Amino acid sequence: MTDVPLDSHKGPQQPDRRNFLSLAWKVLGLAAAAEFLGVVGAYLWPRRGEGEGGRGIVEAGPVGEFTPASVTPFPQGRFYLVRLTDGGFLALSSKCSHLGCTVPWNEKDKTFPCPCHASVFDMRGNVLSPPAPRALDLFPITIESGVVKVDTGRRIQRERFEDSQVAYL
Amino acid sequence: MLLLHLHPRAVPAEALAFPRTFGLGGIAVVLFILLAVTGSLLLFGYEPSPERAYGSVREIIDQAPFGAFVRNVHHWAANGFLLVAFLHLLRVLYTGAHHPPRRANWIVGLVLLLLVVASNFTGYLLPWDQLAYWAVTIATGMLEYVPLLGATLLRAARGGSEVGSKTLALFFVMHVAILPILLFVLTAFHFWLVRKGGGVILPRREGEDAPRRTLVSTSPNLVAREGPAALMTLAVVLLIAAILEAPLLAQANPGMSPNPAKAPWYFMGLQELLVHLHPAFAVLVVPLLAAALLLALPYLRYGEAPSGAYFHSRTGARTALAAAAAALVLTPAYVLADEAFRRTPPWLPSLPPAVRTGFVPVVLVCAVLVVVYLAARRLFSASRLEAVQALLTFLIVAFVVLTVTGSLFRGQAMALAWPWAVAAVR
Repeated sequence: MTDVPLDSHKGPQQPDRRNFLSLAWKVLGLAAAAEFLGVVGAYLWPRRGEGEGGRGIVEAGPVGEFTPASVTPFPQGRFYLVRLTDGGFLALSSKCSHLGCTVPWNEKDKTFPCPCHASVFDMRGNVLSPPAPRALDLFPITIESGVVKVDTGRRIQRERFEDSQVAYL
Repeated sequence: MLLLHLHPRAVPAEALAFPRTFGLGGIAVVLFILLAVTGSLLLFGYEPSPERAYGSVREIIDQAPFGAFVRNVHHWAANGFLLVAFLHLLRVLYTGAHHPPRRANWIVGLVLLLLVVASNFTGYLLPWDQLAYWAVTIATGMLEYVPLLGATLLRAARGGSEVGSKTLALFFVMHVAILPILLFVLTAFHFWLVRKGGGVILPRREGEDAPRRTLVSTSPNLVAREGPAALMTLAVVLLIAAILEAPLLAQANPGMSPNPAKAPWYFMGLQELLVHLHPAFAVLVVPLLAAALLLALPYLRYGEAPSGAYFHSRTGARTALAAAAAALVLTPAYVLADEAFRRTPPWLPSLPPAVRTGFVPVVLVCAVLVVVYLAARRLFSASRLEAVQALLTFLIVAFVVLTVTGSLFRGQAMALAWPWAVAAVR
């Protein structure tokens, strides 16, 4: 500091100090913004398990109640229990794989036509007509002492129908 | 009068002519104020929870004196706001007011349009009826097709895995606090940029270096035109609200979608697009391309400045008209062809759906756009500015045709049908 003249505000040392201070302000400002975003983000972030349907295992009923080649709706569980012609069971999610509308069952055409974007699915959940990019989701089925049970808590996504997806007695 | 300070002290006499702007910006402001007033009134009766939302809206309609009227005004003013904002965009586009020195304001205007759409969208979840529930289920479901971040974005937008109380809280806060504040601040900025850009764009005059325009004082000349226009707007909205009831469907039922499930009219263009294209393309690729085009418009090199007259020139008007006619023929043709196509077994089943129903059609449409541009240049000897204008006209008309198709020509299960057949089913 000894050699610096008093009117040195245009001298070589002042800009350094100024640069440092303005840099410090910028860093502090960024840190404050990051903290703000972090706090707001953490506050608003959905907590685990919140807003989940909370639907668990649904007892659909005894095997004999479902005739082959039939589709039975379970509106509460948001699925259709399908019994194929060979007696095998499929639990199809009623949620369209496109954008999540509920698909109704059309008994006359044996199809699930989506009311929102005109996708069509067949009895196995396969896409008959786009825009749906993949088959209807499945829920796992267990058959215990002749009663069909569907686990609506575990949604299985699939590209298309395969024989291994069918549950038999 | 604080409002008067938005204006300069004097304005060019030419700028006062009604067809110069059709007063669309001013009408939008009147509607915004009307929405703020009726929105505040509705807030006194509305309760934002899934259990109470529908019931409280019913109480506003059935029990509050003038409750149904206040809600109707809010509903129709909101629809009008979007329509007027869109028409304002068209006016700016066709008078070339998006070019420098008004370039920055074009970008601000696009953001404002997005905010108006977001306000409408967040608003219609609030009644918690069937339209609300399914429209929001579909719209938030679109986020799932965003690569990598899809599932996270979906959870964030819904506040959970399904549309529920958290979603309603989020949309409520957006609708009544965040979006109105952003709209207010950006509108002020929009006004300031209008002044900074030299006011309303006016036709250039030939042969003069620095054209001296006759200026007239703002008060009374401009004020005497704005006042009646504002009152007319108010009268029209109140009249519509007195006659037409704002729709309210049955209470939201997460177990059953209405058939057909249709979005409000201003989203039917997008919904129609979703019927035809792979979701990743309808949700992401096409909107991003459209946004990029709109944002890039004032930055393209045209080699000339806009004339300030509608459609730039006679050639510009003729080219735009031809492009509109082409879109009017080609869009319905595409809808019909795709309808027949989708019902047949997929061609080239080995290709993934994203390529078959997404990439291929989008490339096809882009090729058509190139043809439109080249035809404008060669057949109509349009300048680059006029050819780009024709291209935009083609896209705008195609979008309007899709909107009309979705709104009027789709019945049960969103199958194509005549409008009278659609109306009969309802």
